[in-house]
Amino acid sequence: MDPLLVAEAAINGILLGGVLALLALGLNLIFGVVDIVWIAYVELVMLGMYAVYWLVTLWAWPVVLAGMAAVGLVAILGILVHLLIIAPILSSPPVNQLLATGGLLFFLQSFATFLWATDHRSLRLALPILEVGGMFLSFARLLAFAVSLLAMLGLYLFLTRTYIGTAIRAVSQDREAIALMGVDARKVYIVTSGVGGAMAGLAAALLIIQYSVHPYFGAAFGPLTFMIVVLGGLGNMFGAVVGSLLMSEVISVGGIITSTEMAYVVAFVLFIVAMFVRPEGILSRRE
Amino acid sequence: MLEVSSVTAGYGEFTALWDVNLVVNAGEAVAVVGPNGAGKTTLMRVISGLVRVRAGEVRLEGRSLGAEPAHGIVARGIAHVPEGRRIFPKLTVEENLKMGAFLPAARRRYAGTVARVYELFPVLAERRRQRAGTLSGGEQQMLAIGRALMSGPKLILLDEPSLGLAPVMVLRLFDLIRRVREEGYTILIVEQNVRQVLSLADRAYLLEVGRIRVEGRAADLADQDFVRQAYVGL
Repeated sequence: MDPLLVAEAAINGILLGGVLALLALGLNLIFGVVDIVWIAYVELVMLGMYAVYWLVTLWAWPVVLAGMAAVGLVAILGILVHLLIIAPILSSPPVNQLLATGGLLFFLQSFATFLWATDHRSLRLALPILEVGGMFLSFARLLAFAVSLLAMLGLYLFLTRTYIGTAIRAVSQDREAIALMGVDARKVYIVTSGVGGAMAGLAAALLIIQYSVHPYFGAAFGPLTFMIVVLGGLGNMFGAVVGSLLMSEVISVGGIITSTEMAYVVAFVLFIVAMFVRPEGILSRRE
Repeated sequence: MLEVSSVTAGYGEFTALWDVNLVVNAGEAVAVVGPNGAGKTTLMRVISGLVRVRAGEVRLEGRSLGAEPAHGIVARGIAHVPEGRRIFPKLTVEENLKMGAFLPAARRRYAGTVARVYELFPVLAERRRQRAGTLSGGEQQMLAIGRALMSGPKLILLDEPSLGLAPVMVLRLFDLIRRVREEGYTILIVEQNVRQVLSLADRAYLLEVGRIRVEGRAADLADQDFVRQAYVGL
């Protein structure tokens, strides 16, 4: 095995991990605050990817502008999902909540198939491949990673430096006490769903420059995102980032050493083992 | 300032308060004492909107709090320091205080109020970058009171502030509550530590199984035989 290839795969793993971390953080944020797992979260990413694709191919929008539009559109979509589907079932048994957001997943997949068929659609951007010390790195991936890092920094500042961001963290710690601060929890839920949607929209813009979109895009990234969130510990933001990097490394490096399929098998087996050893997530503290 | 008139309230089938009447005048410290399960905490939760009244009415400065949700009652000027403190353990001390000043009006006055809270509780200033969950019980109680002051309330509800604190800390805490009083706040306090609270309050109510049994000046109440025997332990 050429060590240069492994090094290249390791770097690609980190780069992929950045975008996965966006998804894991968005899903985790919503779970931590609203206490509901959005099974259909990556389906929102799929819709965001279509949004960029159509804006660019039909209306000839610049990709950057289309990407920014996707962030806004999916943020609005996130708020609508909350208001129309989540809000009415907030106090229902968890199994009903899973059924409702799971139902949304099938609805969105079928809806996309109905509208756009199952074709794989790609932007076919001619982005350069950079050669660094004998390794070949995709510019699209580097760009996606850099933007992901900036977005994570932005999210961190939002959650720690603003009143509403601090309230978002406080809600998940004590739902009743936050009302005594004069905070309307329903508004916090709406803001959180919008931020979670915006993260999905940004991830969509960063994924469409690397991958083609099709109605079942979520079938590949969805389970991976859930696995990462559970691995890092539900609600644990730092764990989500670590889990993303870990999983994308296993998939990327494992894929070079064996095959992509085998790498996914290894990743899922690792996940199962980790769940036996630390069911609360790898970074959980014992209390 | 606060009028609770003929309030009946409870949880589901269970009725915790029966026809309760209570008044707090501006500038007063009023105590509600009584045994465990008398409905003291429910009374506080009714006033701050966490529990809905089934019959009767709560009025603040003559206006009904009827349909106001809990987060709206803070804006009307009532700050509730709940039983068990309920600070946000993973936020820092300062972030907890910031949450107390969440409302726009309180936000504008943040710098001034936070300086006063730190003056009142210097230990909070020392620990302001520390996670609130790492504070001692007494410090957490100070934080809970400081957080309530941050909203700039007209009335403060204190629910069992001495709960779970060491005896020395209880004395210190009551001294601090006296200082909060001297700042001009109106206080309604619920306590099991009857002797301490009666020495602090102007007037007091004795609540038993959901009904007001006795009311009067705190000093008179402390002198009544059955109160002394049952609750003060003298």
